[in-house]
Amino acid sequence: MTGGISGLDEMNDLYEAIILDHYRSPRNTAPVETPDIDLEVNNPFCGDEFHIQLKVEDGSVSQVGITGRGCAISQASASLLAELVEGKSSDEVRVAVDSVRRLLKGEDLIEDERGILGDIEALAGVRKFPVRIKCALLSWVGLDDALKDHLKK
Amino acid sequence: MSNSEVSSASGTTTWKFEVDAIRADFPILSRKINGQELVYLDNAATTQKPRQVIKALTDYYEQTNANVHRGVHTLSIEATDGYELARTKVAKFINAPRAEEVIWTRNTSESLNLVASTWADANIREGDNIVISAMEHHSNIVPWQQLATKKNAELRYLAAGEDGLLDVLDIDSIIDSRTKIVAVTHMSNVLGTVNPVAMLAERVHAVGGVILVDAAQSVPHMPVDVQALDADFLCFSAHKMLGPTGIGVLYGKYDLLEAMPPYMFGGDMILEVTYEDATWNDLPYKFEAGTPNIADAIATGAAVDYLNELGMDNIWRHEQELTAYAMEQVLSLDNVKVLGPRDPSLRGGVISFIHDTIHPHDLGTALDQQGIAIRTGHHCAMPLIRSFDVVAAARASFYIYNTKSEVDALVNGISETEGYFSR
Repeated sequence: MTGGISGLDEMNDLYEAIILDHYRSPRNTAPVETPDIDLEVNNPFCGDEFHIQLKVEDGSVSQVGITGRGCAISQASASLLAELVEGKSSDEVRVAVDSVRRLLKGEDLIEDERGILGDIEALAGVRKFPVRIKCALLSWVGLDDALKDHLKK
Repeated sequence: MSNSEVSSASGTTTWKFEVDAIRADFPILSRKINGQELVYLDNAATTQKPRQVIKALTDYYEQTNANVHRGVHTLSIEATDGYELARTKVAKFINAPRAEEVIWTRNTSESLNLVASTWADANIREGDNIVISAMEHHSNIVPWQQLATKKNAELRYLAAGEDGLLDVLDIDSIIDSRTKIVAVTHMSNVLGTVNPVAMLAERVHAVGGVILVDAAQSVPHMPVDVQALDADFLCFSAHKMLGPTGIGVLYGKYDLLEAMPPYMFGGDMILEVTYEDATWNDLPYKFEAGTPNIADAIATGAAVDYLNELGMDNIWRHEQELTAYAMEQVLSLDNVKVLGPRDPSLRGGVISFIHDTIHPHDLGTALDQQGIAIRTGHHCAMPLIRSFDVVAAARASFYIYNTKSEVDALVNGISETEGYFSR
């Protein structure tokens, strides 16, 4: 269907099967009742917006709900985030956020980080399309800021 | 078919628009993007530049470069002449009665801010109102929000209907005796809607206010006559009409400009400076503090020459034809919804659309892979885009060098993208 003539195969690294799967079937979209962290993030460049809710119990994320509107990359990234953070301690989450930032910057990850990120490594395809890195980072940056604020309380 | 040839109803005159010859003037159009022929459909953001404009820039820097209004040497005199000739060309282009009514700015945004910071700041008081429309660019919203807050004035909106047209039914309840200014876009950069500026001018003049026209999307594409519109202020940018970036125009009626305080202070805008005080230079220099953008002004003159050569009536006609064709083709796609008026005669060559399943940014990346440049996002009109209950839209916008086969490439590109994402 997508022959080489149109050049769309060049996008295969960007739109990996895992990314399209998360885009079409986002995980953890149910709203969280009485969330401890409740934030809206948006990308003023493109208008994409996400609503991220977390319940934090004994220093760990016990529940997460993310809904929003955005492109395939930002939606898949938010869904991957939702999948990752469930059950993680806030420290683990912040380490993961840092790993994602480094992954998208094109830095090499160590084996442990790759183990933690798992499917999230599929986001690395965005590096070939630098203008889309913001889409991939949107929910991660928002969560990182919200966690920082939460830990200060 | 790349050249348009149409006979008038009477069959006596033939209208011809030589797109192939025009395209040959634009070096960038022979560039390949991601291995594909460039199809440039982001003209509402900025247009490409013909050799004639690029040459005006290099000629200036190679042959004439000097500061203006200062020296008695030959280069300075030539630079001043070129700079002022360009002003005269722009004045004629929009049918301004006097060249001194044309002020060079950096862009449309600066022109708008200039009026908000000077005329509006001096004339708007607590309880007055400022009327804008729901389809303004951020640059014609935010300065008025700021001013309204500062002055305790009211910011009122003319609504946009679902048909993409300005809702003017209850206009008398919006433009009233406390309305000091109506600031409205001549043509929406999102919907393509051409607004009834002359009628709005009449209404606001009847209550003693003024009208400011954001003409960034109209002046490049259609004949615009500031006297016919009875516009008090009119703003546009050169880079959207074949000219360079970094230069724009503020037209203002002479008496209004004369009574306005300066916008910036410095060299060139003064008549006399003592250690204690200063007096202001005559128009237009009162509003052009510091060394101006001489090269880009001269190149803007070259852009105006190029457009005049083609004729603004012809340009508008070409774009109308292309827009009608594109509307038909894009609307033939099952999953695409077009924003704004359906009737091509009510809009300019800007088509914003939303795909049911493919987000504009994914579509934009996929079209770019096919060499097709469109705009994606909120188009600097977030409140308007949100009113359609979406966060972003895709936009194709046309200019003199675009062809029907490029519209076909766009439509085909969208279909290819649908195929890609349904794999």
